[in-house]
Amino acid sequence: MGKKIQVSWRKQPVFVIRHSKEALEKLPEVESKLDDPGSLKIDEPYRDLNPTRSLSTEYTVIAGVCTHLGCAPKYYPEMESQPWDESWVGGFFCPCHGSMFDIVGRVFKGVPAPTNLKVPPHYFDGSILTIGEERGTA
Amino acid sequence: MTQKSSGFFSWINSRLPIVNTYERHLSKHPVPKKVNFWYMFGALASVVLIIQIVSGIWLMFGYENTEEGAFASIEYIMRDIEYGWVIRYMHTTGASMFFAVVYLHMFRGLLYGSYHKPRELVWVFGMTIYLVMMAEGFLGYVLPYGQMSYWGAQVIISLFGAIPYIGESLEIWVRGDYYISGATISRFFALHVVALPLILIALVFMHLVALHEVGAGNPEGVDIEKHLDEDGVPLDSVPFFPYKVLHALVAIGIFGIVFSIIMFFFPEGGGYMLELANFEEANPLSTPEHIAPVWYYSPYYAMLRAVPDKLGGLVVMGAAIAILFVVPWLDRSKAASIRYKGILSKIAMTIFIISWLMLAWLGTVPVTALRTTLSIIGTVIYFAFFLLMPIYTSIEKTKPVPERL
Repeated sequence: MGKKIQVSWRKQPVFVIRHSKEALEKLPEVESKLDDPGSLKIDEPYRDLNPTRSLSTEYTVIAGVCTHLGCAPKYYPEMESQPWDESWVGGFFCPCHGSMFDIVGRVFKGVPAPTNLKVPPHYFDGSILTIGEERGTA
Repeated sequence: MTQKSSGFFSWINSRLPIVNTYERHLSKHPVPKKVNFWYMFGALASVVLIIQIVSGIWLMFGYENTEEGAFASIEYIMRDIEYGWVIRYMHTTGASMFFAVVYLHMFRGLLYGSYHKPRELVWVFGMTIYLVMMAEGFLGYVLPYGQMSYWGAQVIISLFGAIPYIGESLEIWVRGDYYISGATISRFFALHVVALPLILIALVFMHLVALHEVGAGNPEGVDIEKHLDEDGVPLDSVPFFPYKVLHALVAIGIFGIVFSIIMFFFPEGGGYMLELANFEEANPLSTPEHIAPVWYYSPYYAMLRAVPDKLGGLVVMGAAIAILFVVPWLDRSKAASIRYKGILSKIAMTIFIISWLMLAWLGTVPVTALRTTLSIIGTVIYFAFFLLMPIYTSIEKTKPVPERL
């Protein structure tokens, strides 16, 4: 079960989630439920690098702003039945209008949110994560 | 008229038609002699409008329209200003009661066909008032800058973002910033206390002028203008004063009791009128666990949630309000009142009420798969009621409407 922390960038929430190996290995299983597993509909900064969608093989860095109407989705990592989805495999659920995303912020089919959660520009320098800049641009 | 008034009034009246206007629109204005309690909510709505304006002015004495000061200034009004809590709860209770009486007033219109020829414009002005009220209520809810203020504003402003091409720029333009901030609060304050109330008052004026031109309707749907006395006054009418005024006073008295009970004892209305999360200051990093609008928006919120598409949700919600404007042209029935309409109209009306109440409930509870399905059904029924109206009102057999009231 991945641990999530929340930081603030431009006064908006950014989620940083550390995934376990098992969770990342199971990611392809959820793809049939997803609307856009390859993030083709959006301007994805680090496409096809890592299953985490970030520059790291372990961490996901995503904007905690629902692409529907801007609420901060809640993190429910447990793989257990939830009121909004009986076969919930862990991920984000938006309390405002019921949009669902997987653990790396990819949107489910048949929910109000149109696209995956955005990945903000970031880079890792050892154990230090910087959000809002690409490496070398600062 | 003028020859009866003496000296002073006569002098004024020949320069400003104050006596004539008073007699024409108030004292001698003919109203149908038989109406029921459903015809009181218009008067009550104007009473609430006055309560809102007066309590709103008093609230402004203590309110601060800044990001840092807004929430604290509400606490200041509640705790430090003498009777500030009464003023605030009067305003918040007033907001809910405004919608309550307006919904009942609108329902009366649907029930007795108050929009039938020649009252189409009265209805259209009324619907515009309702639309402006929704905006006014939303803007006011943002001002205390609590958790629900913030996230409500976030959601509603993001709705503009669903509009293709211009959406994102429009969103920033409305917000005045890239995120909700002091810029948003101060402009919402200006709109809430100056711009929209001015529009609202102007619209209420037009609503009443249009109403007085064609005369009030009645539960029988009888056209009282058909039988006039020698002075041109409808035979089935009574003068506004004292008949309507005394009726209204009883209604206002009962309404005042209900209003006071809520204001003094249940100002939060169980979380449906003032949501509990709004007693917490806005936190842009955390959406409340359970988010729902105040009760008077909840049917439309349920519709928004029912549509699994961003633009689609906005369109459905907008259409749900827009369709109300054209009701006068959807109803093809010969009878205005439900009393003389056919069985189809009665069935349609019953299903409509049930589904509207169901949507209102669904909008206040968290989403589950079953509830989403129910919301979709409710939304379909809502639109079917209006879109099929031209069909079922023209094929059904109506009862003959009596000549006299």
